[in-house]
Amino acid sequence: MIAGLVLVPVLALGWQAAQGSDGLWSHLARHVLPHALAQTALLMAGVGVLTAGIGTGVAWLVTAYDFPGRRMLEWALLLPLAVPTYIVAYAYLDMLHPLGPFQSAIRAVLGYDSPRDFRLPDIRSMTGAILLLGLVLYPYVYLPVRAMFLTQAANLVEVAHTLGTTRRQIFHRVALPLARPAIAVGVSLALMETLNDIGASEFLGVRSLTISVYTTWVTRSDLAGASQIALAMLVLVVALISIERWARRKQRYSVSAQRARPMARQPLAGPARWGALCLCLLPVVLGFVLPAAYLAVEAWERFRFAGLSPRLWAEAQNTFVLSALATAAVLACGLVVALAARLFPQRGMGAIHRVASLGYAMPGTILALGILIAAGGLDRWIGRTARAAFDIDPGLVLIGSGLALGYAYLARFLAISIGGVEAGLTRIPRSYDQAARTLGHGIGSTLRHVHLPLSRAALAAGGLLVFVDCMKELSATLLLRPLNFETLATHLYGEAARGTYEEAAIAALAIVAVGILPVILLARVGRAPA
Amino acid sequence: MKLASVIVLASLAAGAAEAQELNLYTSREPGLVEPLLAAFTDSTGIKVNTVFLKDGLAERVASEGESSPADLLMAVDAGNLADLVDKGLTQPVESEVLAAAVPENLRDPGNQWFALSMRARVVYAASDLDLDAITYEDLANPEWKGRICIRSGQHPYNTALFSAFMAHHDAAATEEWLTGLKTNLARQAGGGDRDGAKDILGGICDIAIANSYYVGLMRSGKGGEDQKAWGEAIKVILPTFENGGTHVNISGAAVAKHAPNRDQAVQLLEFLVSDEAQKIYAEANYEYPVKAGAAIDPIIASFGDLKVDPLPLTDIVKNRQQASELVDRVGFDN
Repeated sequence: MIAGLVLVPVLALGWQAAQGSDGLWSHLARHVLPHALAQTALLMAGVGVLTAGIGTGVAWLVTAYDFPGRRMLEWALLLPLAVPTYIVAYAYLDMLHPLGPFQSAIRAVLGYDSPRDFRLPDIRSMTGAILLLGLVLYPYVYLPVRAMFLTQAANLVEVAHTLGTTRRQIFHRVALPLARPAIAVGVSLALMETLNDIGASEFLGVRSLTISVYTTWVTRSDLAGASQIALAMLVLVVALISIERWARRKQRYSVSAQRARPMARQPLAGPARWGALCLCLLPVVLGFVLPAAYLAVEAWERFRFAGLSPRLWAEAQNTFVLSALATAAVLACGLVVALAARLFPQRGMGAIHRVASLGYAMPGTILALGILIAAGGLDRWIGRTARAAFDIDPGLVLIGSGLALGYAYLARFLAISIGGVEAGLTRIPRSYDQAARTLGHGIGSTLRHVHLPLSRAALAAGGLLVFVDCMKELSATLLLRPLNFETLATHLYGEAARGTYEEAAIAALAIVAVGILPVILLARVGRAPA
Repeated sequence: MKLASVIVLASLAAGAAEAQELNLYTSREPGLVEPLLAAFTDSTGIKVNTVFLKDGLAERVASEGESSPADLLMAVDAGNLADLVDKGLTQPVESEVLAAAVPENLRDPGNQWFALSMRARVVYAASDLDLDAITYEDLANPEWKGRICIRSGQHPYNTALFSAFMAHHDAAATEEWLTGLKTNLARQAGGGDRDGAKDILGGICDIAIANSYYVGLMRSGKGGEDQKAWGEAIKVILPTFENGGTHVNISGAAVAKHAPNRDQAVQLLEFLVSDEAQKIYAEANYEYPVKAGAAIDPIIASFGDLKVDPLPLTDIVKNRQQASELVDRVGFDN
C-alpha cells in the first residue's frame, strides 16, 4: 500500500511520457546524451569515491582511536548535513572568485594589483563539483558506518585483537567488510542526492542528465520528453541498486545476541594524535565551517544594511512544523515497510520495498510533477463529485491543504527512513523475534517490546535525516505548496532566482541554524545506543 | 498524524473565502511583485493571495483544472506566456485600458496575455574598453575570441535572444552565429547575469551579455557595496540587430481560464499598466515601462534611447524550441 503511494507519481510520469515526443531521442542521442552521460558518470564516480573514503575513514578514526577533540568531532562531522548543496556551491563560488577574499589575499601576498594580472583557474568545473559535493555529502556515509562500528564492531574487533592483529589490519580485514552494507547504503544515498542535484550543478557548470531533463521540460516545454528521460534515469538507478544488493546477497550481518557495546578506543600518542585531529577537522572545516562562516558574515552585513525581515520568523515556523509533521509520517511508513520486509521475507516484499525507495532516486522536481499530476487529478474528481452530490465547492482539497506536499515528502524520503529502520532492525537477531513470538507476543507487542527499544538509535537517526532533508527540500515545496505559504527554502530560492543572493543570506543562515539542531541531536543519539 | 497535518496545514492555508480578493500565481519573484500588490490593495481594498512558483506554473494550473483557484497568472519571458496560451490555460481580456497602454507587438494578438514591463538584452563592457556600439551579429566575430561571458544558453533570456536572431536571419545562420559566439566565450556559459559584471571586474572577460535592469540593481547600491563596484566597472551598450532594434523580453500576465474572480483579476491587470504601477516597475525593479511616456529610472535612461526591435514577440517565441535545440547542437553550455 505504502509502496503503491510511491508508485503513483512514477505511473503518472509514465502516463506523461507515453504522450510522446517527436524526434526527441534522436536529438538527445546525437547532441546531448554523450556529453551528459559522461559528465554524470564522472561526477557520480568522483562523489562516490570521495564520500566513501571520507565517510568511512573518519568514522573509523573516531570510533577506534582516542585523540584530542574526538568527542566534539563525533558530532561536528555531521554538520555539513545542515547545509544544502546549492548554498555551499554558492558560498564557494563567491569565496574563490577572483574578487573574493581568497584570491584577493593571494594577490596581496604576491604583489598584484588587479585580477587581470593574476588569477587562479575557475572552480566552475567538474573537479570543483566533485570536491564540493563530496565534502557536503560524506555524512550520509559517516553516519551509518559509525553506527555500525559503534554497535557491531566491538566483539569482532576484540577477538581479532586477541589473535594478534594490529588496528590497521583490523580495519581492512574486519571493520571494512563489516561496514560494507552501511557504506553501500550511505554511498547510494549520497549518489542519489548527487544525481538529483540541480542547484549546485547549475552553479558549477556541470551538464548532468538531470539538467537535460530540466532543459527539455522548461526550455522546450516538452514534459513528455522530460518524463521519458527521467524514467530512463530511474531504470539506471534501480539497476545500480539491484546490482549492489545482488553482490552481497549471501552475506548476513546480524551478529551478537549480546548487548551491543562500543569497542575500547586506542589512545593515540605523539604526532599521530594531531594527524588524526587534522584529518577529521578537514572535512568539517571545508564542508561546514567555511561556508557557514561566509554565510554568517554575509547575513550580518545584510542585517546591518536592511534589518531583519518580519516574514523570516513565520517562514522558519512553517518550515519547522511542516518538516516535523512530514518526518513523523515518513518514519511511521518506513517502519511499516521495513518491518513487513522482515516479517514476511517472501520474494514479493523485496520488490515492493525497492519500489518504495524509488522516490529518492528521481530528481525532486520530476517526482513533484508526478505528484502534481496525480493530486491535481484527484482534486478535480473530488471537486466534481462534491459539486454534483452536495452542491458545494470544496476547492483544492489536497493541494490547498498542503497534503499533496506532505505526500511528496513521503514519496521522496521514504527511502531514507526505510534505510534507517532497516539498519536498526538487521542488527536484531531473528532469534529475538522467534523468542518473543514463542512467549505469546503478537506482531504489535514484539514491535513495542523488542524492535522499537533495540532500534531506537537507528530510528532517531533516520528520523533526523528525514527532518533535515524535508527542511532543505525545495523543488516539491515550490511546486505543491498552498497559497500564501512560504518556507525558508522557498524564500531563499525566490531571492536567489532574481539574483539577489545577498537578500537570501539571512534565510540561508536560518536554514543552516535550524538544520544544526537535529544534527546535534543525531550525534547524541548515536553516542548512547539503547 | 495525518489528521493533525490536515488541521495544521488547512489553518495555514485558510483565508480563501472572503469577498474582495484574488489569487495570483506568479513565477516572478515575490520580492519584485510585493510593492505592486501592496499599492493595488491600498487603492482598491482587494486582497491578493499569492503563490510563487518557478518552472511548474503551467503544469500546476493545468493539473488543478476547473478547480483551480488561480485568477491571474504572472510570468517572465514571452515564451512562458505563450506556453500558457498553447496549453489552453488562459482567457482573452477585452479592455480599452490595456489596449491603450500596451503596444501591439508586446501583447498576444488574441489578447490572451499582456506585457507589463520590459527589459533589454544588452552588452556590459569593461569601462575602459574602446567600444561604443555593437550589433548582436558582431558578437560572433573572431576579434572577441575568449573575451565574452554569458549565462547558460538554455536560460530563457538567452533562448529568447537566439529566437530573435533566428527571426531576423534563419536557422543555419543562427547555428553558425552560435558556434562563433561559443568560441568567443571566456569561460563556460553559466552563472547569472550579474556574474557577467562581476567577472568583468574580476578580469575573466571583457564584455558580457546580460539584462538591463541588473545594472540598476547593482549601481543603485541596493545589493550592497560589492555589487556597486561591479556595476561601476562596466558601461552598458544597447546592441541592435543589423536590420532591427534592441532585443527586449517582457514580464507579463494572463487571466486564468477558470478564474473564479475574473473581474478582480482584470482590475489588477489594468492597475499594473497604470502610471502608478509603471512607475514602481521602473523605480523598484529598474525595468522599462511598457506604457509610452512613463518615466524611466535615471540609471537605465543613461544607457541612451532604447530602440525596441519591432518584430512582434509572438513571432520571436515561435522559434524557442528550435533555438534551444541549436544550443545543444553547438554544445554551447559544454
